[in-house]
Formats: sequence, C-alpha cells, structure tokens
Amino acid sequence: MLSTEKLAIATRNLRKVFGHKIAVRNLTLEVPRGEVFGFLGPNGAGKSTSVKMLLGLVEPTSGSALLLGHPAGDRKTRANIGFLPEHFRFYDWLTATELLRLHGRLYGIGSEALRKRIPELLDRVGLSAHRDKQLRQFSKGMLQRIGLAQALLNDPGLLFLDEPTSGLDPLGRRLVRDVIKEQRERGATVLLNSHLLSEVEVTCDRVAFIRAGEVIETRPLSSFENDRCTVMIRARNFCEQTLAELRRWAGSVCVNDGRIVLEVNCPNVYPEIVRFLVERGVEIFEFTPQKLSLEQRFLEIVGKDEGL
Amino acid sequence: MNRVLTMTGVTFREAARKRVLWMALAAGGAFLILFATAMHFQLQTANEIHAAKIVQRTGAEGMLMVGMYAIDMLIVVLAVLTSIDTLSGEISSGTIQAVATKPVRRWELLFGKWLGFVAMLTLFAAFMIGGINLVTYLMGGFTAHHLFQGFVLIWLESVLLLSLTFLFGTSFSTLTNGVLALGLHGLAFIGGWIEQAGALTHTPKAVNVGVIASLIMPSEALWRRAVFAMQPPLVSGLQMTPFSAASVPSPAMIGYAVLYTLLALCFAVWRLERRDL
Repeated sequence: MLSTEKLAIATRNLRKVFGHKIAVRNLTLEVPRGEVFGFLGPNGAGKSTSVKMLLGLVEPTSGSALLLGHPAGDRKTRANIGFLPEHFRFYDWLTATELLRLHGRLYGIGSEALRKRIPELLDRVGLSAHRDKQLRQFSKGMLQRIGLAQALLNDPGLLFLDEPTSGLDPLGRRLVRDVIKEQRERGATVLLNSHLLSEVEVTCDRVAFIRAGEVIETRPLSSFENDRCTVMIRARNFCEQTLAELRRWAGSVCVNDGRIVLEVNCPNVYPEIVRFLVERGVEIFEFTPQKLSLEQRFLEIVGKDEGL
Repeated sequence: MNRVLTMTGVTFREAARKRVLWMALAAGGAFLILFATAMHFQLQTANEIHAAKIVQRTGAEGMLMVGMYAIDMLIVVLAVLTSIDTLSGEISSGTIQAVATKPVRRWELLFGKWLGFVAMLTLFAAFMIGGINLVTYLMGGFTAHHLFQGFVLIWLESVLLLSLTFLFGTSFSTLTNGVLALGLHGLAFIGGWIEQAGALTHTPKAVNVGVIASLIMPSEALWRRAVFAMQPPLVSGLQMTPFSAASVPSPAMIGYAVLYTLLALCFAVWRLERRDL
C-alpha cells in the first residue's frame, strides 16, 4: 500500500445510496500520482456516481475519499483538478474564448495569465479559428474539444475525463490520446472513464473493472500480456498422440478447420511448443498467438449483459 | 468575492446576450409610449371640459397609479420568468457540474447569479418607474408621492420573488418552480383583495384571511404598501381597486417581507450546499 502523499486518489469503502438503489456499493481504490487509470464497467455500474463523489458533486452515504491527499470536495484541492463531464454542457451564448475566460476566472487564474493561456489551449484543441464563435454554433466534436480545453486551463495535477472521445472523429480521438500522453509526461494523474475499450487499451497504465457499484478487479494493462491466450497453429503431419502431449503446456487442445487451437496460460512456453512439434516431425506453416482484447477481458471479468 | 462577481457578470451578460433584457426594455418602452398617449388624452379631455384643477390632478394621479400597477406586474413576471430556469435548468442539464467542480463555493455561485438578476431587475425597475414618472412630470407637472420609497418597495417585491424562485430552483424542476412562485403570488394577490374587502365591509375574519395570505407570501403586501406611499390620500379613497387603502400593510409586514426574502435566499444556499449535483 502506498502512502497518502504518493496517491492521487485513495478511497475506502465509498458508498452511495439513492433511496432504495445502491449506486456505489463499496468502492476501494488507490491510484498513484502520475498514473493514467482507466475506469471500466457496464452502463449503470456506478462509474459516473463514483467520479461525482470524488469531485464533491455527490455526497457519499458512507466511506472516505482523498484526492491529492485532501478530502474529496476540498475547495483548494479543486484548484488542482480538471474535469471534463460526460455530457459537457455550457453557456452556449458564450464564445469559445469567453467560456475559457469564465472557467479560468473560477479557477482563480489572473487576467494576464489567461490572456496567454487561452490562445495556447484553443490552439492545442484545434479551435483557434473559432475563438470568437458562439458555442451554439459548434458541432458536437467541437464542443467536446472546448470541454477538454476548459479541463486543462489550470494544468491540473489530477484530470478526470468522463467519456472524452464521445462525439469525436478519429482526428479528435487522436487529439485526446495525445493530450493524455502529454499529461502523463508532465506528471499529472488521469482518470479516464470510457466505453471505448480500444482507447483505454492504448492510453491507460492500469484499469479497474467495476460492476454493480463495486471494484471487481484492478490490474495493470501490461499484465494482460502475460495472460492466457489462444494460439492457432496451421500445420500438417500431426497425430492424436502429439495433440495429447501438447496438454503439457495447454489448458485445452482441439483441431478446428485443420488448425490446432491451444489455450495457453503463459507466452513463455511458445518456443517449447514449437520445438516439441518440430521434433515430432510436424510441419508448421503458421504459429499465431491470439491475444484476448481488452473487450474480451472486460466481458470475461464483468460478465455477460443481463439487461439494464 | 471575485468569483461571486464573475458569476454576477456572466448572469447579467446572459440576460443581455439572450436579449431578454433588451426585449423587456423594448416592451417597457412601448408601454411608456402607450401610457403617454393615454395621459395626453386624459389631460386634453379634462382641459376641454374645464374640469377643476384638483379633479384634473386626481384623475392624472389615478392614471399614474394604473401605470405603476402595470409596471409592478411586469417586473414580477420578469423576475420569475427570467430566473426560474437558472438553477433547476443547470442542475438538470448538468451545466452546473463543470462550474461547481472549480474551486468555488456553491454559495458563491448562487449569490453571484442572484446578484446578476438583481442588477437586471434594478435596471428594469429604474427604467420603467423612472420613465413613467418622467412622462407624467413632463405632461402633468408632477410625479408620484414618495417616489423613492415606492420604487424600493416594488423592487423588493421583485427581489422577493427572485429569491423564492432560487429557493424552489434548488429542489424542483423549472416548470414546478414557475407554478409554485406564480401560484404563491396569485395567492397573495387574492389574499390582498380579500383583506381590502374585509376592511371595507368591517369583516375582521376576512381581514385576517388576507393577513395570513400575506404571511404565506408577502409580495402583494409590498405593492399595497408601495401604492399607499405613492398616491395622495384622495386617490387612496377610491375603493375596491388595487390601489385601495382600506387596509394598509403595516411596517412590520414590510420587515417581515425583508426577512422572508433573506430566509428564502439563505435556504436556497443551504439546499444547494447539501444537494447532489
């Protein structure tokens, strides 16, 4: 367990009940500073409520949460936090520059600093040409970009991104990935809540799987590489005896469409398998480990869709 | 305080940018032209029939009170309609989330917005009440009695309703908020008439019903006190009108209305501080 100073987020048994509905059952989480952390779960799992509790928007029924070493909701700590809500709403009669100036003032940033910071951010999110346009004239993707800009105004130490790629085209998604990378490089912590698991896969260091308001599993994404995976071997001249002997390394062995399909628990054994097959006189044309995608992991861990 | 003023500025700018303020001022300008036309014909007719000066003046003062009554209703409607959506709408749409997660206290958000609306209402009330009295002065050579006192009371009435819509806005939807605020004002309006009728017919129980209505919602009491201050005693003698002085709200009732306004604002802050967003 890391000390509080080294943690950007630390929650203990966080719980939120709305009437008879338990939105978050028992959230215990530790996110070290400087980490990009993915928060994964099906709809209604309690992800947004958890984020809102961390940000002080929703009062927990019980439990505790520390952000950057201070209780969640602490006003001074919020000066070091950036937040892009899932459905970023705004005063649509403001121009892009005016919106950033408003949020900058609420952060307590001085006029002189804002004069420099706002054009930089508009440029970073690709909206320089639209700086004086009212937000009601913006497309959904442009609104997401300006939302991202307001979350970065204060160079936050902790950045919450709730579905940041929602409504973005591939270029916009690339922008979000790059921004997350920049934040990591400057030492900020990012909590990413996204349904796009492919996005999480390429940006996060660690992920938590949440279901029914509870963290089921937390693990580094790199650990998935050493996970069980399926190997597909296109070969000929193999016999039943050889297949049976493959069970030494594989949980299951079968032949599908003329190909040997193995469920292997650890990638370290791949060379041994290849060597064994060659020694047995099997001719190998293809040896393809098929890594489970994060989506498959998600389905395995979180379970099947039981309806909302 | 900077953050409060930031919210005040953005709220005031919203009224201007959404053209609410300009439309209200344009409608108010049209109303003043209509009033000036009516006043012109009234004074012209009184001259033509060689009415006594006192009768001419009393008629014109009655006309001024009719105008003030219309302005009072316009200000009340403006106070409610422009502010009913500001909290409930932002809470339900989630707009408030990006703002409330900044290092700003919730009371600062609420108070800043409230000040923005107060500034807008003050501007509108000054334009309308100042305008109608200027027209009357230029045409008839007089203004309302105790004009400033009347202005403050009408302004307070609008601020009371504003504070109430802020309070309801922290708990209810926009529609419910509007129904509650205008419903309560309607109750006060009816209560005021019952109180007047009770006083004229010497029915103390009816007067008490009116007083209780004023305790539930003291907005109409502020108007009746304002009109009592602004008109001369002779016009007050016109009975069973919105300007009747048969039963005048006491200064204690005005103090109660001020307290009511402050409590509504404090409860709004208390509720917003505690509710989930």
